Amino acid sequence: MGLFNRGRMAVERQEDVLADINTGDTAWILTSAALVLLMTPGLALFYGGMVRAKSVLNMMMMSFGALALISVLWVLYGYSMSFGNDVGAGLLGNPTEFLGLKGLMEDTTSEGGGLPVMAFVGFQAVFAIITTALISGAIAERAKFGSWMVFVAIWVTIVYFPIAHWVFDFTLTDADGVVTHVGGWIANNLGAIDFAGGTAVHINAGAAGLALAIVLGKRTGFGGEAMRPHNLPLVMIGAGLLWFGWFGFNAGSAVAANNTAAVAWVNTFVAASAACLGWLVVEKLRDGHSTSLGGASGVVAGLVAITPACSAVEPIGAIALGVISGILAALAVGLKYRFGFDDSLDVVGVHLVGGLVGTIGVGFLATSAAPAGVDGLIYGGGADQLWRQVVGALAVLVVSFVATYLIGFLIEKTIGFRISEDDEMDGIDTVVHAETGYDFSALSGGSSGGGVGGGVAARHGALMDSGGSSFTVPARTTEGTSA
Amino acid sequence: MKLVTAVIKPFKLEDVKTALELHGVEGLTVTEVQGFGRQRGHTEVYRGAEYQVDFVPKVKIEVLVSAERCPAVVEALVEAARTGQIGDGKVWVTPVEELARVRTGERGPDAL
Repeated sequence: MGLFNRGRMAVERQEDVLADINTGDTAWILTSAALVLLMTPGLALFYGGMVRAKSVLNMMMMSFGALALISVLWVLYGYSMSFGNDVGAGLLGNPTEFLGLKGLMEDTTSEGGGLPVMAFVGFQAVFAIITTALISGAIAERAKFGSWMVFVAIWVTIVYFPIAHWVFDFTLTDADGVVTHVGGWIANNLGAIDFAGGTAVHINAGAAGLALAIVLGKRTGFGGEAMRPHNLPLVMIGAGLLWFGWFGFNAGSAVAANNTAAVAWVNTFVAASAACLGWLVVEKLRDGHSTSLGGASGVVAGLVAITPACSAVEPIGAIALGVISGILAALAVGLKYRFGFDDSLDVVGVHLVGGLVGTIGVGFLATSAAPAGVDGLIYGGGADQLWRQVVGALAVLVVSFVATYLIGFLIEKTIGFRISEDDEMDGIDTVVHAETGYDFSALSGGSSGGGVGGGVAARHGALMDSGGSSFTVPARTTEGTSA
Repeated sequence: MKLVTAVIKPFKLEDVKTALELHGVEGLTVTEVQGFGRQRGHTEVYRGAEYQVDFVPKVKIEVLVSAERCPAVVEALVEAARTGQIGDGKVWVTPVEELARVRTGERGPDAL
């Protein structure tokens, strides 16, 4: 997260500098916030395509539900818990300082930071949403929707808001060296580099996903029956939207339209592609085929790894991080079968592994030539940055895992977290939402007026692919020429 | 009256339909089905996890024909559906006891 230029800290408001708003920065951050928001619907597609057809709506609704709920909580008290003045030891922002975003509508742009505070509020809001939505992949197809929403509210409050304060809230001083705002411990006391959220977002979501997967247990039939993705084109579209949004996530985290943002953009761009190639090569060598799901997963693994590092490494370092992340994540996704936990959509294999690669990788691959200005082990900086990275990563991993396990356990023991086995067999979409994603049956009602034949022709690829004249099928059946 | 039933490769449906029309067949019913013969299935891989797919998509065609026309129809169907590869499918014929056209109530061969 950018160290300077954070307009919200204009504690003493100076009327005479109101004209100094930086329109370029403001436009870029508002745009970035919208890009990052789009990542959550993108994640809904990415995850939705990976589950079975009977669970696609619930999978997508977990993301949309988190989006709706966290938006409101962020405005009420989330921003204040994350970016309010520290209440002690760098652990938590003051929850009442900006309660309901009070006092933040005034134009606080000053010469110290030409960015309206509300732009920063909006940009950080969407980080809280995507982080929480990521967890849903670990408990696909089996969580009660109401319990998920309760979990979202508790988790984002107890786990995300404080950790965002640790990682993203920087201590600020005014021109005279007087401290005007005290931030969180990882960013300021420890001095770990986490530009856009390798710890707060990805290690956090990955550890939480592992904990919830253990609390809820495996899906019925896990490891035995085939649970293949039902719609890989949806997964590819989702990966594309995540990729697009990630430029706001990483380059926007410069909190300015400047050189740091441009470096972050290029590093993000190349790391995703390098990781995609890494994953595909592993698959080709191990399984004999490079798959579309592997390509999409590799892109995300690379984006995860470069997230903490995109201001600290050079483009060659970004390629190295991407390749390593793509390879390790491709190898890691198989481990759940060996250890017997049903992290259904590989939140651990992709986000925890990628987050650790990126966060700890900064300790090796950081170079003082990059905007963050720190040398890692490989660039002659010794182990000084490396240990800070390791401590930051492990602290978030342990706290997130333990806290999430307890929250999940309490929900399971009180209101119940899992749907029944029968409901799981019937499909969570019909049981929980009273809907189905697709109209597969001609007898289910609501089909087109083309009759059974038209419905069959429209829905099933085999008939459509069987020749060039598939549009004649509905006409023929309505004329009564069927046997 | 005979019922000719065929299970064939989906992409052969159009060829078979054309061939049957040339032999005077005026209607048929098509169903998407799955199954296996000597061809067996195939293997798919998702994030390194292998899935054995035992059932292969096929198209089932049902045609009602008169007894005298039946051998020619079967012959045409088999010729049109053949690729020479394993998995081309099967064709079989069963006798039909009674037949009615829903619209007019016609019975027997008149309803063909």
